[in-house]
Amino acid sequence: MAKQLYYEDVEEGMEIPPLVKNPTTQQLVKWAGASGDYYQIHYDKDFAQSTGLPGVIAHGRLKSSFLAQLMTDWIGEGGTLKKISVQHRGMDLAGEQMTCKGRVTRKYIENGEHLVECEIWTENPRGEKTAPGSAIVSLLSRGGKS
Amino acid sequence: MAEQIITDEIRAAIGMQSEPAVIEIEKGMIKKFAEAVEDPNPLWQDEEYARNARYGGIVAPPGFFMTVMMRGERVEFPFQLPFTRVLDGGGEWEFLKPIRPGDVLTVVNRFADIFEREGRTGKMVFMVTETTWRNQRNEVVARGKSTLINY
Repeated sequence: MAKQLYYEDVEEGMEIPPLVKNPTTQQLVKWAGASGDYYQIHYDKDFAQSTGLPGVIAHGRLKSSFLAQLMTDWIGEGGTLKKISVQHRGMDLAGEQMTCKGRVTRKYIENGEHLVECEIWTENPRGEKTAPGSAIVSLLSRGGKS
Repeated sequence: MAEQIITDEIRAAIGMQSEPAVIEIEKGMIKKFAEAVEDPNPLWQDEEYARNARYGGIVAPPGFFMTVMMRGERVEFPFQLPFTRVLDGGGEWEFLKPIRPGDVLTVVNRFADIFEREGRTGKMVFMVTETTWRNQRNEVVARGKSTLINY
């Protein structure tokens, strides 16, 4: 388990440690089974190409789940992912590396909660942001839980 | 002049809700999900670890709510859109309470909005669905808002 992150350790502009994923067709099939999304563009190359796609593409929700993992890995067990928002802008082909990244945009205390807002995104090997979004987490404070 | 796709009749359907769907959360579903994401966090998978951790047992990772099996019944629309292709445009989710194996969730979807945009390949229609998940104690455990793009 990653070490615990505290509100006091976070600064605006700080980068979240990236999470690298390599979604193979096999992983997409596992995701299809686990999520219930059996749309063929995610595992049947002929079908995908017949709809005009260059090949099998990763599920948008899998990318969103990778981004959720980016956040839960970072905040540690005592932190809580409160909200996440993701837009599926670009397609990621199966077999292409995907890097989940993020940056702190704001930290503030509200109703006694130590909150941090981040911009997050997935990036393909050409540096294009294929799924940008944002997240809000609540963190532990060294001053004790409020 | 292109014809209007979103008619008053379609707009009148905004606010329609799905039938509630009941989903029993099983440990195996959570484990399968974590394995599919390749998320090794022991809070989702390791019973012994999780028992001594924050939640006192395994909980589902937030991404669990994003899956089709957690989306519940569809809203039965009284109309059809003139498109054959659909893309998942993304969404936003708010996680209010942890969910555990044994929880019984009730999911309701609500048709929240519809609008059109001009895309690279012509008109695209965006449909927004709001989803609410409640547990067996009638507490709202999560809320979601997702967009499907028809083109």
